[in-house]
Amino acid sequence: MAELTDLGVAAIRDGVRAGDFSAREVADAFITRVGAAKALNAFLVETPDHALAAAKATDDARAAGEELKPLAGVPIGMKDLFCTAGVPATAASHILEGFTPTYESTVSGNLWRAGAGMLGKLNMDQFAMGSSNETSHFGNVISPWRRNDGGNAPLAPGGSSGGSSAAIAARLCPGATGTDTGGSIRQPAAFTGISGIKPTYGRCSRWGVIAFASSLDQAGPMARDVRDCAILLEAMAGFDPKDATSLDLPVPQWEAGLSSDLKGKRIGIPREYRVDGMPAEIEALWQQGIDWLKDAGAEVVEVSLPHTRYALPAYYIIAPAEASSNLARYDGVRYGQRELPDGAGLQDMYAATRAAGFGDEVKRRIMIGTYVLSAGFYDAYYTQAQKVRTLIARDFEQVWEICDLLLTPTAPSAAFALGEKSADPIAMYLNDVFTVPSSLAGLPAMSVPGGLDAGGLPLGLQIIGKPLDEQGVLDAGLAIEQRAGFTARPDAWW
Amino acid sequence: MSIDIATVKKVASLARIAITEEEAERLAPELANILGWIEQLGEVDTSSVQPMTAVIPNHLRLRDDVVTDGGVREQVLANAPQAEHGFFTVPKVIE
Repeated sequence: MAELTDLGVAAIRDGVRAGDFSAREVADAFITRVGAAKALNAFLVETPDHALAAAKATDDARAAGEELKPLAGVPIGMKDLFCTAGVPATAASHILEGFTPTYESTVSGNLWRAGAGMLGKLNMDQFAMGSSNETSHFGNVISPWRRNDGGNAPLAPGGSSGGSSAAIAARLCPGATGTDTGGSIRQPAAFTGISGIKPTYGRCSRWGVIAFASSLDQAGPMARDVRDCAILLEAMAGFDPKDATSLDLPVPQWEAGLSSDLKGKRIGIPREYRVDGMPAEIEALWQQGIDWLKDAGAEVVEVSLPHTRYALPAYYIIAPAEASSNLARYDGVRYGQRELPDGAGLQDMYAATRAAGFGDEVKRRIMIGTYVLSAGFYDAYYTQAQKVRTLIARDFEQVWEICDLLLTPTAPSAAFALGEKSADPIAMYLNDVFTVPSSLAGLPAMSVPGGLDAGGLPLGLQIIGKPLDEQGVLDAGLAIEQRAGFTARPDAWW
Repeated sequence: MSIDIATVKKVASLARIAITEEEAERLAPELANILGWIEQLGEVDTSSVQPMTAVIPNHLRLRDDVVTDGGVREQVLANAPQAEHGFFTVPKVIE
């Protein structure tokens, strides 16, 4: 039998249900593997007791002949942006060190109710700000992948959900939660050869998820394949009265609805996504993706999203503006760290606490956000960005009159080496050029692995769908997955 | 867009982040660079466009005006860096 840690979510669920192995055996196998992978720095906190308790509940239920829950026997990783009761949550920051939530985020609570257990809290970019996992206060996450040039340069696992992507690619967990504000599920999925979906804004509750940019943040699953993403998303999603932006709609049965037959579907190829200087390998992969979707029965049409080039600058006004407001709560009074210099007053305490507690990228974004929201600049920057956002959303509404889904590359390159881009914020921001527009429009979008570049590193394809059409996105993802036959995995060097 | 050191200091003070002289000098060109790049948004004609308020159409829900939680003072204070007598404590504000 294959090793248990080689199994995905569906295989574990089905195997436990059939009695091929116990939930305890699965939990033990992953716990051991997590413990042996410290070199990746993917986990900030390990919670074997949580995983074992969930496994015991599953094994007991099975022994008693009870019906098993949808995720019974499946241990997962939890991005450290989610608050889970009694387990430290830091969002990979210093300012939240020592914070232990007394409450459970709605998404994590939904997963536990579905029978899942938690292997631990996953490292990430600090407050989800970053595309490479180099902004964590607790050190970089190292991708399990290495280039095939023998150089062994440590590579970025993508960001901000880089602990999640690294852990899944290294088989430390079969699936994990991520959050996506401008591409933070899709880009790390692409960099590590796994799948991840950001659902429609409002599908997953943001309650108990440490906020970055509230009008963009959306939780979603990351896993090794499309089916596993569908299973996890079903468990995560759902209406939550505690989140005013939560959509009061039933959760579709995405797994049961999966079909890779795309007959009658029209796939749009946005011409503005052919950016200057895009590597030939990304171009070739995109063309390959087009051919795969045609093979699956879809019709392919070229479409135009004229405001694409303004999405990134709009995002880098809106996201920092919301972040500067959201992160105002970290002031050393109610939770986390406090710096109180001798003789300091309240304002000095705030300023000292925030200076010591936030990393450079977080400070940079708070300052940008504060600047664009300040008197005299608000209309020129923030209002203008929100107007451009309307135009970007309108571009998408117009293409939905001609096509059902869009196909693009996920990222403009394969994973880069750690340190390669960290000195140039704008070069780093450009990593999200293909993922940000759909985030601004709140649309469901997913990345699936399409192949390897010449350096032996994974490349991802992105599918963007209409609002609430996660099924269409998953189906097209499945069609690509079946044709790509992506089975590459990193050799265990850690 | 030129961001001078005085602007950086003012923004830092609005953001309640203490910065040193050296940090202000380092941040000024960095922020100028980012804001310069963002400036390209000014090219877009938005004269007849409404700014976005909700990304996915949704209704603002109302609920009955009743207490649905509360009585969890210990939990609320559990993570305070400093708490006394059931309150968050801060440095003296009023002399």
